[in-house]
Amino acid sequence: MNKKYDITVRNCNLFYKDFHALKNLNIDIAENEITAFIGPSGCGKSSFLKVFNRMNDLIEGCKITGEVIIGDMNIYDKDIDITMLRKEVGMVFQKPNPFPMSIYDNIAFAPRTFGVKKKSELDEIVEKSLRRASIWDEVKDRLKKDALGMSGGQQQRLCIARALAASPKILLMDEPTSALDPISTGKIEELVNELKENYTIVIVTHNMQQATRISDKTAFFLLGEIIEYDKTENIFSNPKDKRTENYISGRFG
Amino acid sequence: MQNAKHKRQIFKYALYKRLSQASLVVSLLSLLALVIFIVIRGLPYVNFQLIFGDYGAEPTIKPALVGTLYLVLISVLISAPIGIGSAIFLTEYTNTKSKIIRWVRVATETLAGIPSIVYGIFGYLVFVVALGFKYSLLGGGITLAIMILPLIVRSTEENLLAVPKSFREGSFALGASKVRTIFTVVLPCAVSGIVTSLILAIGRVISESAVLILTIGMVVDKMPQGVSSPGTSLALDVYYFGSFGYPEQASATALVLLILVLAINIIATVIGKKLNKFSGGRL
Repeated sequence: MNKKYDITVRNCNLFYKDFHALKNLNIDIAENEITAFIGPSGCGKSSFLKVFNRMNDLIEGCKITGEVIIGDMNIYDKDIDITMLRKEVGMVFQKPNPFPMSIYDNIAFAPRTFGVKKKSELDEIVEKSLRRASIWDEVKDRLKKDALGMSGGQQQRLCIARALAASPKILLMDEPTSALDPISTGKIEELVNELKENYTIVIVTHNMQQATRISDKTAFFLLGEIIEYDKTENIFSNPKDKRTENYISGRFG
Repeated sequence: MQNAKHKRQIFKYALYKRLSQASLVVSLLSLLALVIFIVIRGLPYVNFQLIFGDYGAEPTIKPALVGTLYLVLISVLISAPIGIGSAIFLTEYTNTKSKIIRWVRVATETLAGIPSIVYGIFGYLVFVVALGFKYSLLGGGITLAIMILPLIVRSTEENLLAVPKSFREGSFALGASKVRTIFTVVLPCAVSGIVTSLILAIGRVISESAVLILTIGMVVDKMPQGVSSPGTSLALDVYYFGSFGYPEQASATALVLLILVLAINIIATVIGKKLNKFSGGRL
């Protein structure tokens, strides 16, 4: 059985207490594509990203309406198991946040959450995830070492590996390179391109070159609305909306 | 004109520096004087007989050592789980900015500042009199547990709050439940601080006397026969020996107490550092 993991959003609204942060958003995100969210700070792109794995649940006073359908489940249904949702929808944060444990334990965290106990099985998942995140060769000799001893770029790739260890179908990335130097950024972008084969990736970025380099489709956000959503090349070479054009040409934002 | 002002400034800065330096010297010297005094007066009388001998014609502190051990065990076994549990609830399950929680925090701080003799009279009225424990190590231990509870809650809370939010987010994003997040991510990060504060709380228990005068009976010459028996503690022995004609033993016991508290503080520091190896102090 081949379950589908595309994302369909209909009339999504998000409120932080009285603040209407996301206004009636609609979007269709296809499987195994990289979709970039761009827009000025505070436009709601990160908030929207967190709608897909319900991280906004943690924020007090946050209310979401509308439909968010991943594959065949409406993830805001009452009987949705959030743990299982977050297993399917992994997330990488802006600042690398490896746990203060060994590299191995970081990667094994999610499988252990889902009940994998056997050492051989865990070893296998750890190696596979680290290989997928192209960091295996750098860390294979120090799996028992503190993950916080790694460089920022390595930490971020470790966090990607950690997310992959849950074997998700969708990977959400919230400005994953904004805290990294250009070389580490390049490595992550390369990695994201490789991961596309197996995962649906949604990436929030402030870096428009990054969006053009890696994404298939781009959505431009402004003040809680999606102004334009199209193939990346169309957005950047031939934007339909004046506001998109102003933003990508650097006239504001 | 400009020059005179500048010179005045320089003089002022130098003066502040000297003043703060002088305060440091005075505080260190007074501490040093105390330690030297206790060592000179007490060291000649510290011997095997005093510490491990049976209480006879010469007073010994064996009953006090055992009593102190009882008090430490009772108070920490009671207050550690309750205190850590309360702190977990306050930081992980409530909105830390809400009004009620802020009131709870003020209340715990106030409780931590209450003079210990007030806890003592409470312990006396409740355990010794009302509950009919009579003078007992158990009543004293429970009273001490109540006394150190706010300390443990506050310091555990601070240690938990110091764990970056990004760790919790990372854990939740990987599908971990709240309980798993608390036990596998948050608590291990905070454990060195929590253990340190527990050990420092033990230090408080060992140094306490006011509570115990009113609750455990200060029976200096008999070995305690269990938790319900009356007893004594090292701090009480210092008071007893000092007041009832054994000044040498009082100084010697004070020295033992001093060394014990010093040792506990060193252990707290060492364990704190050891447990911190994975976070390497980067938290």
